[in-house]
Amino acid sequence: MRGLQQVFAVTLLNLRNLPQRVGSSVVAVIGVAAVVLVFAAVLSMAKGFERTMISAGSDDTAIIVRSGATSELTSGLSNDQVLIVAEAPGVLKDGDTSVVSAELYVVVDVKKKSTNVDANVPFRGVQPGAFDVRKDVTLVDGRMFEPGKNEIVVGRGAQTEFMGLEVGKTIRFGQTEWAVVGIFDAGGNVAESELWTDVRVLQSAYRRGNSFQSVRVRLESPESLETLRQALDEDPRIDPDVMSEREYYSSQSQGLVQFIKLLGYPLTVLMAIGAIFGALNSMYSSVSVRGKEIATLRALGFGPTAVLVSTMVESILLALAGGLLGGLLAYLVFNGFQVSTLNGASFSQVVFNFAVTPELLVQGLQAALIIGLFGGFFPALRAARLPVAQALREL
Amino acid sequence: MSDVLARLEGVSRIYQKGKEKVEVLHALDLEIPDGDFVAIMGPSGSGKTTLLNLLGGLDKPTAGTITVGGSELSSMSNSQLSRWRSTNIGFIFQFYNLLPVLTAHRNVELPLLLTDFGGKERARRASIALDIVGLADRANHYPRELSGGQEQRVAIARAIVSDPPLLLCDEPTGDLDRDMSDEILRLLQVLNRDHGKTIVMVTHDAQAAEFAKRTLHCDKGTLEAKEAA
Amino acid sequence: MKYFRLIWKNAWRKKIRTSLTILSVFVAFLLFALLSAIGYAFRGGVDVADAERLIVIHKISLINPLPMSYMNRIAATEGVDSVTHGSWFGGYYQDPRNQFGQFPVDPQAYFDMYPEFDIPEEQLEAFKRNRTGAVVGQEIAKKYGWKVGDRIPIQATIWSRIDGSRTWEFDLEGIFSTDDPRGSSAIMLFQYDYFEEARAFGKGTAGWYILRVANGANPVDVANAIDLQFANSPNETETSTEAAFSQSFAKQFGNIALIVTLVLGAVFFTLLLVSGNTMSQSVRERISELAVLKTLGFGDRTVLGIVLSESILIMLIGGLLGLGLGWLGVQGLAKEMGTFLPGVFLSPVAIATGIAMMIGTGLLAGIFPALKAMRLSIIDALARA
Repeated sequence: MRGLQQVFAVTLLNLRNLPQRVGSSVVAVIGVAAVVLVFAAVLSMAKGFERTMISAGSDDTAIIVRSGATSELTSGLSNDQVLIVAEAPGVLKDGDTSVVSAELYVVVDVKKKSTNVDANVPFRGVQPGAFDVRKDVTLVDGRMFEPGKNEIVVGRGAQTEFMGLEVGKTIRFGQTEWAVVGIFDAGGNVAESELWTDVRVLQSAYRRGNSFQSVRVRLESPESLETLRQALDEDPRIDPDVMSEREYYSSQSQGLVQFIKLLGYPLTVLMAIGAIFGALNSMYSSVSVRGKEIATLRALGFGPTAVLVSTMVESILLALAGGLLGGLLAYLVFNGFQVSTLNGASFSQVVFNFAVTPELLVQGLQAALIIGLFGGFFPALRAARLPVAQALREL
Repeated sequence: MSDVLARLEGVSRIYQKGKEKVEVLHALDLEIPDGDFVAIMGPSGSGKTTLLNLLGGLDKPTAGTITVGGSELSSMSNSQLSRWRSTNIGFIFQFYNLLPVLTAHRNVELPLLLTDFGGKERARRASIALDIVGLADRANHYPRELSGGQEQRVAIARAIVSDPPLLLCDEPTGDLDRDMSDEILRLLQVLNRDHGKTIVMVTHDAQAAEFAKRTLHCDKGTLEAKEAA
Repeated sequence: MKYFRLIWKNAWRKKIRTSLTILSVFVAFLLFALLSAIGYAFRGGVDVADAERLIVIHKISLINPLPMSYMNRIAATEGVDSVTHGSWFGGYYQDPRNQFGQFPVDPQAYFDMYPEFDIPEEQLEAFKRNRTGAVVGQEIAKKYGWKVGDRIPIQATIWSRIDGSRTWEFDLEGIFSTDDPRGSSAIMLFQYDYFEEARAFGKGTAGWYILRVANGANPVDVANAIDLQFANSPNETETSTEAAFSQSFAKQFGNIALIVTLVLGAVFFTLLLVSGNTMSQSVRERISELAVLKTLGFGDRTVLGIVLSESILIMLIGGLLGLGLGWLGVQGLAKEMGTFLPGVFLSPVAIATGIAMMIGTGLLAGIFPALKAMRLSIIDALARA
C-alpha cells in the first residue's frame, strides 16, 4: 500500500505545481485536442452519411432491380415484369391491392445553394404505394402531387440544399415545367434528397415508354423475402436481384463511406504522431523543470516507481483533457451540420448531417489516451532515473 | 603624464525603484590614464558595478559626462554604443559567461564576427589571443570541459581579441581558488604591462587589489583613493 | 552568413527538444503535402484541361444522351475546328467494384482530340482495324495485368446487348499513357460502331460531344452559338469549357478545398504553439548569453535576427524533410488511387506555398521571444545571472 500512497502523493504534487508549467502543458492539451477534433469531424461525415443511407432501409421492404444492376440507375424492368413482381408470393396485400411502388428515376441539374453550381439531383417517378413501402415518410407542407399532372413533392433535405424548391415555385427541366406542391419528411434518410412525381408523368416526359428501374414491395414479414426471391428467380420471364431495402442501401453507401474512412484514419494517425512529438516535448520540458523537486523527493525517500508513474499520470491526464476538449468542440461545431455530396453509386446528391456519435467520441478519447501514454513514457523513465546526487548539487 | 583614456565628470546615476529614487553614484569625477591598472573596492551596493557598466557604455548616467577614448558616451545612441563597444571595450565577468554551445576557439572568435574580417583572418586572430592567455592546446574544448581558471582565461582571450584599449573586469577572481586567482591576476598584469591594456577591475578581495597599480574605494556612490600601504 | 554556426549551435543546444520540434514540423508539412495533392485531385484536373476543348452535354443532365445527328450540325458551327463524341459505358471487370471509365469512340478522331494521350502508331492502327478492339490506359493495364492480345470481358450494368447478354468482349489492341503527371489515362476506349451495332437500345445517340475551337475563335462565343442552335428543341444542349466541366463535377463533392484548409489550419495552429513554446523556452534559458552578446557589441537588431533565424531554420529543416517525404508519398498515392481518383499531384504552387509557410510560421513562432531578446536590458540580465 505504501507504494500506492507514494504514487498518489507525488502525482498530487505534480498536478499542484502544473500552473508553473502552463506553457508546455497548454501546448500538449491543444495538440491532442486538434487531433481529436479533426478525427471526429472527418469520421462524423462517414457516420452521418452511413446513417442517412442505412436508416432508409428497412427489413419489411424489398427492392427488386434487374440482375447485375449496380444501382437503380443502371437497372431496367418492363411493365410486364413489374406486374409479375406485384403478384408474387410474399408481397403484402391491402385487401386486393399489393403494397408496391414501381419506380424510375432520372438525374436532373439543380443549383446547389452552397456552391451556386449545378448538382445532380435524383428525380424519381413513383406509384401511389410509394408512401406505404417506405417507413416514416410523411407530408409536412403543401399537398401530394396529383396523378397525371406535372407536379412534384420535394424531400426536406433537397429543399434546404438546393435552390428554388419551395412550395408554390415552378422549376424547369429542359422543355418541361414542374410545379412544387409539397414537402415531405423521411426521418432524415436518403429519400429526403429526392424530388418525386407520378411515374407515368416522368416516363412520358423523359420518353421512357413503359419501363421502370425498380419495384419496392412491402413484405408480409421479413422472412417472406426468401419466398419472394425464390418465386422470382424461378420465373423465366424475369431476371431479378431481390434484396431487402436495408441491404440495398448498405451496398449503395459503401463506396463513399470506405473512401472517407480511407482518408480519415491515416490522416488521424499522422496527426496523432505529430501530437505525440508535441506531448513528448512538453513532458521532457516538464521533467527538466521539476528536476530539483524530483531529486528532493528522491532524497526524502520516494521511490523511482512513484516518480515514473506520477509523470505518466500527468501526461495521460493532460492528453485526456485535450481529448475531451477536442471531442466537445467537434460535437458543438459539427454535430448535425447539414451537407450534401455526390454518391458515385447513384450518381446523384445525398443530403446528410454530420453525426458525432458517442462511439466516435470514445474512439477519440482512446486516441488521446494512446498519445498520452507514448508522450509520457520516455520522459517518465528519465525522471525516474535522474541522478539524485547531481541534481541536488545543482541546487 | 600619459594621456587620459577615460574621464567621468559629475556623473550621477539614479534608479527609480517603484516610488523610491535610489542614488547609486553621486557627482563622481574620475580620470583613468592610458595604461592604468586600477582596482575598485567597496561594499556591495556601493555602485562599483554601476561604474563599470557606465564605463563600458552599458548604462547611461543620469547626469554628467563620460568620455572614453575620445568618444562621448552619453551622447551616443544604443546602436552607436554597440558598435563602439565591439572595438573599444573588453568585458571580463565573475562567471565567465562563455557560450556553452561553442568551443573555446569559437567563443574567442565571437567579437570578430562583428568585423569585416574573413573566416581565415578571424581564426588567426583568435588563435593569437588564445596563445597569449596560454590556452592554445585547449582551443577545441567546450567550456564544460574546462576548469574555472581555464574558462576565465578563455574569457580574457575573448575580451582582447579585437584589441580594445580598455578592459573592464567585474570580480574576475570571485569564483576561483587562490592559485587560479593568482594566475589570472598575473595574466592581467602581463596584458597591462606588455600589451598596453588599460584595466579597471572591480573586486572585494584586497589581495587581488594588490596586483593593480592603484586602488580606489567606492562607498555610497563616491570614490576615494586609498594609497597602498 | 557568418552567424550561421552560432545560430546552428544554439538551435541544437537541447538536442531532444530540437529534434522533437523538428519532427513536429516534419509531420505538419508531410500532411500539408498529402492534403494539397488530394485537394488538387478534387479540383478535377482543371490545370490540365485544354482551354481549346469544349464539352457539349444534354442540358437536363449528363445522363441524358444526345442525338448523333447533332455531330454534323456542331461541326458546321462557326468557330468549330473539329468535333467527336464519347459515351458512358459504365461497366466493370469481373467484380462490380472494379469500375473504371469505358467509352465507345471514333478511334482516330478521339486520339486527335486528345493529343496528350501517347499510343504507338501500330497499336492505334490495329485498334482502328478491329471492330471489337479496345485500348486501355497504362494504369488500368497495370492494375489488372492486361497485355496486348488479351481478350477482355466487361460486364455492362446499363447496356445489354441485342443478343440478351450483358457481357461484352474486347481484344486489347494497345496500351496508351499520358506523360503529364497531373493527368490520368485510367480509361478504356473501344469502337463506337461495335457499341452501336450490338446494344439493345439507345441507338443513334451519344453521351456527349467534344470539340476543338478553331484558332482565333472565342470559346465562349462558340459555346453560345452551339447552345443557341439547339435551344427549344427536345434535346437542349449545354456547352462549357473542359475546365469548367471538370470543375463543376468536382464541386459536386462539396467544398473539398474548404475541408482541406480547415484541417491544415488546425494542424498549423498546433504547430505554431509547439514551435512558439520551444522558441520561448530556448530564449528564456539563455537570456544571460544574449546579454553577453550585446556586451560584446552585437546590436539589438542583430540579436533579433539571430533568434528569428533560429526559429526559421528549425522550420526549414523539418519542413523540407516533410515536403520531401510528402512528395514521395504523393507519387505512391497517385499510383494507388489513380483509377478512382485521378490527378493526385503536388503542384509547384503547393510547394512554393509550403516553403512560404515554413518561413512564415518560423517568423510567427519566433517573433515574441526574439523581441524579448532584442529588448532585454543587459544590466538586468547579467545581474540576474
